[in-house]
Amino acid sequence: MGLLNLLSRSDQPALMTLPTGSFVLDREGNTMTSTLPRSFPAQYTKDIGTRVLQAFQKAREAHLPLTELTIHYGAFKVLARELRGGAMIFLMPVSTPPTQAVKSN
Amino acid sequence: MNTAPKILLVDDDQAFLDLYEELLSRHLPSMPTVRVASSGSRALALLESEPFTMLCVDLNMPRMDGLQVLSIARRKYPQMRLVALTAERDEQFRARAYALGVDQYWIKPESDAEVGQLLESIESLLQRESQGGFRGVQSKSLVDIIQLECLSQSTTLLRITNGHAEGRIWVHQGEVIDAETGELVGEAAFHRILSWKAGNFELLPSDPDRPRRIHTSYQGLLLDTAQAFDEATSQHGEVAASLPPTGQPASSLAALSETEGVEFLLATGTADPQRLEHWSVENPAPIATWTRDLMRSFNALGEKLRVGPVNLVVGGNLRRKLAIAQSGDTLLCVGFRSTAGADQVRDGMKEILSKWAS
Repeated sequence: MGLLNLLSRSDQPALMTLPTGSFVLDREGNTMTSTLPRSFPAQYTKDIGTRVLQAFQKAREAHLPLTELTIHYGAFKVLARELRGGAMIFLMPVSTPPTQAVKSN
Repeated sequence: MNTAPKILLVDDDQAFLDLYEELLSRHLPSMPTVRVASSGSRALALLESEPFTMLCVDLNMPRMDGLQVLSIARRKYPQMRLVALTAERDEQFRARAYALGVDQYWIKPESDAEVGQLLESIESLLQRESQGGFRGVQSKSLVDIIQLECLSQSTTLLRITNGHAEGRIWVHQGEVIDAETGELVGEAAFHRILSWKAGNFELLPSDPDRPRRIHTSYQGLLLDTAQAFDEATSQHGEVAASLPPTGQPASSLAALSETEGVEFLLATGTADPQRLEHWSVENPAPIATWTRDLMRSFNALGEKLRVGPVNLVVGGNLRRKLAIAQSGDTLLCVGFRSTAGADQVRDGMKEILSKWAS
């Protein structure tokens, strides 16, 4: 019975793992190069890129031009470098379990 | 009236649901009512229709995965206890679940002993009422918690977090022996930590080698804190009376500017564009709009990727660095000198958030 359960669950979709890698966008938001795994959905890459380009664009409009932007989440980091209207974007999962974070101090 | 806690258990494995429905409903002292759902969408529908004390979710489910369910549940039902109960051992998922605000992350038990630990932990979570204040012992203030620890002659380490700020209080055999937050240590740190109005705390194993920096009795410390709080309240009342009803006094930002390397400060409401305070900013309105748009956009991305809300944004150009973070319903955008290193910006922001929260 346990074996059957194991087999019946083996084909279910796995949780989406966040990738480590980078991609480069031109000023129109087209991906020029990418080191992200193919398993990472292209729509997410595009979404991240669009938000980053908008952030740089709107910063310029607010008279606060930026060349670099890092977004820190609890478990993920997005680092973007502005490249003549486009951007180079690095994605980095941050896996520090709370217990380890506590012990480190 | 039925006051038994209610647990919603979500898993796509029916055998698991059957087993744990029975385990939780029959073996926990609080005798909770347990409902089950075999999919994320069914779970959300149940949450809409009746209140639950706790949600236990498997992560690996088809269509709507557990992280998505947890993310929605945390946003819509902030008081509900969230437990991830999964076979996923990848640390990335543990980190993401905690970033989404789960109370506990459990690997599905594989032995009797582990089942016992899980049940004990769930019972402990259920015993905590959800009435605000410090999560861990809700409805108690931090003063109450310290009094409890000292009266019971405990030896423990209290770790308290308040937004980005973190503090630690060492209790040894019922006496407070040291405290630390940011650059503050000893009594100064203790008083700073006790000025925080809410947050999370956890009890960590004691640290027997911690040197004693505080020699005042805990009663004395708490009295000093109460006195300082009363004085601050009365001063704030006087200042508030002389100011327009909206916003904090401008001097509050000026005081934050004393942080090393700070060039400008801007505070704006997360949802209220009218709320705007600034110090040494030439064009505050467009920067405030950009700050709000940026945080809204990347918080939405965090939700989509199931990694929780943005903790901190750091940006820069040749002329300056800047950092943005949220404290309650306020967004703080802080400019730093271009020579400030990443650590200085991060530490400076921690200090500013801690002062702002106090």
